[in-house]
Amino acid sequence: MKELFPRKQVMGFIFSLVLTVAALLVYFLDLSFALGMTVLLVTAFLQAGLQLVVFMHAGESEDKATIYTNVYYGLIIALVTIFGTLLAMIWGMV
Amino acid sequence: MEFFERFAIPHPSPAIYASMVAIGLTVIAIIAGLTYFKKWGYIWREWLTTVDHKRIGIMYLISALLMLFRGGVDAIMMRSQLAVPGNTLLDAQHYNEIFTTHGIVMILFMAMPFIIALMNFVVPLQIGARDVAFPRLNALSFWLFFFAAMLFNISFVVGGSPDAGWTSYFPLAGNEHSPHVGTNYYMIAIQIAGLGTLMTGINFIVTILKMRAPGMTLMKMPMFTWSALITNVIIVFAFPVLTIALAMGTMDRLFGTHFFSIDNGGMDMLWANLFWVWGHPEVYILILPAFGIYSEVISTFARRNLYGYKSMVASMVIISLFSFLVWVHHFFTMGQGAFVNSIFSVTTMAIAVPTGIKIFNWLFTLWKGKIVMTTPMLYSMLFIPIFTIGGVTGVMLGMSAADYQYHNTMFLVAHFHLVIIPGVVFAMLAGLTYWWPKMFGFMLNERIGKWAAWLIAVGTCVAFFPMFISGLDGQARRMYTYSEATGFGFWNMLSFIGAGILAIGFVLIVYNIYYSTRYATRDIGADPWDARTLEWATHSPVPEYNFAITPEVNSSEALWDEKKKGHKLFKGSYQEIHMPSKSGVPFIMSAIFFVFGFAMIFSLWILAIVSLLGIFACLIHRSFEQDHGYHISVKEIEETEAKMGGAKG
Ligand code: HEM
Ligand SMILES: [Cu+2]
Repeated sequence: MKELFPRKQVMGFIFSLVLTVAALLVYFLDLSFALGMTVLLVTAFLQAGLQLVVFMHAGESEDKATIYTNVYYGLIIALVTIFGTLLAMIWGMV
Repeated sequence: MEFFERFAIPHPSPAIYASMVAIGLTVIAIIAGLTYFKKWGYIWREWLTTVDHKRIGIMYLISALLMLFRGGVDAIMMRSQLAVPGNTLLDAQHYNEIFTTHGIVMILFMAMPFIIALMNFVVPLQIGARDVAFPRLNALSFWLFFFAAMLFNISFVVGGSPDAGWTSYFPLAGNEHSPHVGTNYYMIAIQIAGLGTLMTGINFIVTILKMRAPGMTLMKMPMFTWSALITNVIIVFAFPVLTIALAMGTMDRLFGTHFFSIDNGGMDMLWANLFWVWGHPEVYILILPAFGIYSEVISTFARRNLYGYKSMVASMVIISLFSFLVWVHHFFTMGQGAFVNSIFSVTTMAIAVPTGIKIFNWLFTLWKGKIVMTTPMLYSMLFIPIFTIGGVTGVMLGMSAADYQYHNTMFLVAHFHLVIIPGVVFAMLAGLTYWWPKMFGFMLNERIGKWAAWLIAVGTCVAFFPMFISGLDGQARRMYTYSEATGFGFWNMLSFIGAGILAIGFVLIVYNIYYSTRYATRDIGADPWDARTLEWATHSPVPEYNFAITPEVNSSEALWDEKKKGHKLFKGSYQEIHMPSKSGVPFIMSAIFFVFGFAMIFSLWILAIVSLLGIFACLIHRSFEQDHGYHISVKEIEETEAKMGGAKG
């Protein structure tokens, strides 16, 4: 019985609900902009990681290395794009 | 009547009415021809529903060549208008529409399908596979691109073409300054084509990573396959940015949002930013497959293995990362400070280093080679010097302080044509000539081919070198006319002559295809160039299953090993082959996408909703469809192989 119960998935599901509630609270609570954004960003990244690992089984096949390389590559490009854009459009404007 | 007024051209001219008539007549001629020769069934069975990567490749090729001529006509019109000062051949509005559609057609509907054509045809053969990983998706990619191209091309007779430049910067591209539907065509047609490209990206990454023949490790892949892998990685990471930017632009234009407006918290510069976040990687998407082709051609016709395989691979991997780090060099003058510009100047210079490494590797490959000067080799040799000039002027543009002088002048126009034409167009023509015998079973005439190559090379130089000078003298790009006092007349006349020479070169290529189809010998065997890689180990024409027996490989030049080192490619006996079945859904779904796009462009909401439902119906059909493909029996394989002149290996 124990082997049949998808413990990891159920835990993952609960955790992902918790993350959703946490993110939703930003709307209902009166947080400062910085704090609200921080909560949103942290929960968003955790949520995305959770989905990839627990529900999309990123690390469970022989293609593990390829999949993670792809994810990290995508992450780097996304961060470069976002911070580069902020740099060019806002911080660096004179 | 009021309903139909929206489809009228806002700024008509006799030339446009003539094109309408021409388009109408062509459509009627095609329909009548197909009916008369009873070819509808054939077209549907063999082409419209095919999922075979080779046929899809050939359809991409034909579309790309058609678009090359569409874009070429635009180019000739622009050069004619500018040939003399104060010319009135075109007015400002027409000139705007022509340079806009020229850019989009050439980059998105000519260069992209051309590289995808060659990738489709060659990559599965080069890695010893029977097809791509997702053959049905591949068909969908093609048909989405095809219908998007058609949608874009009807703009000049229905409703008016986009006129805000191929970069379509806001606020000019916003409703306020571009009130007619032209820019809607831009936003929606490119969106649909982009979806197809993104699918191709995923498809080829999976194909190359998962479907290589036994023994072919990553570092034993032929260089063209490597370049295709890197290109598709860049596609997958760059195109989503364009998708989002276009979606935001569409919402601004159709639904009154304010992402890129100047008021209500919008930011017009963000469009330029997002466009180039995609746009710079895009130029590397175009150039890397070309590098791959040159690597194949140069090592085949220098009769030796490619010099510095590892550094070739490393430089492409580095380029794929760096290409995402330089985009701000396209708008150094937009107002960000010296600090930001310096950062992006440095990254821009850095990317020239891996590019330079590749040039040196080719030179070293040639160094001790026994060079055979065939047409593809001639293109490669003409590419190296012209591309180097284009690249070096790129580095000049990359110096942000100096770019204040060059930006948006003809100097910039000279730069990018002198990288794109030798880089992409020469490479595609080289690849076309090189792989033509594998595609069609005969070779293109070498003498006419070389004449065309020389004419195109000379034409390119004569057409674009003068722009460096007139650009430094201050001639701005995208100006529809200039006065005699500027002194630009002479240089533009030269450019016009160059464009004429280029045009003759392209006409010669068409003539070559005609001539060779009629007169070339069909008796050329499977490997007419004495080449080195796996695609030449198949029969010509390639049977639908590509390889009767899956090849086994132990280096990046498997066929050469077989020819010279006694390596045995095909071991074992025939097995039943599992093939994907045909499907008409990709075609139908893309046709519905065309209707959907058209409805969105003209804000015909009911039609848009209905066609959107049609698209979902196709998706649902696919999800519940039971399709197990079909099998080719050993007996059939034996028959085919015997007909093709006996089993190989
Ligand atoms: C050696 C590497 C290269 C460098 C350093 C470089 C640098 C630049 C810079 C700085 C600009 C912007 C100039 C301005 O707007 O004032 C530019 C524009 C452009 N480059 Fe390059 N480039 C290089 C290679 C290429 C290649 C290989 C391609 C295409 C295959 C290409 C295609 C373009 C295009 C299409 C534009 C103009 C876009 C437009 O404004 O319409 N470049 N390049
Ligand atoms: Cu660039």
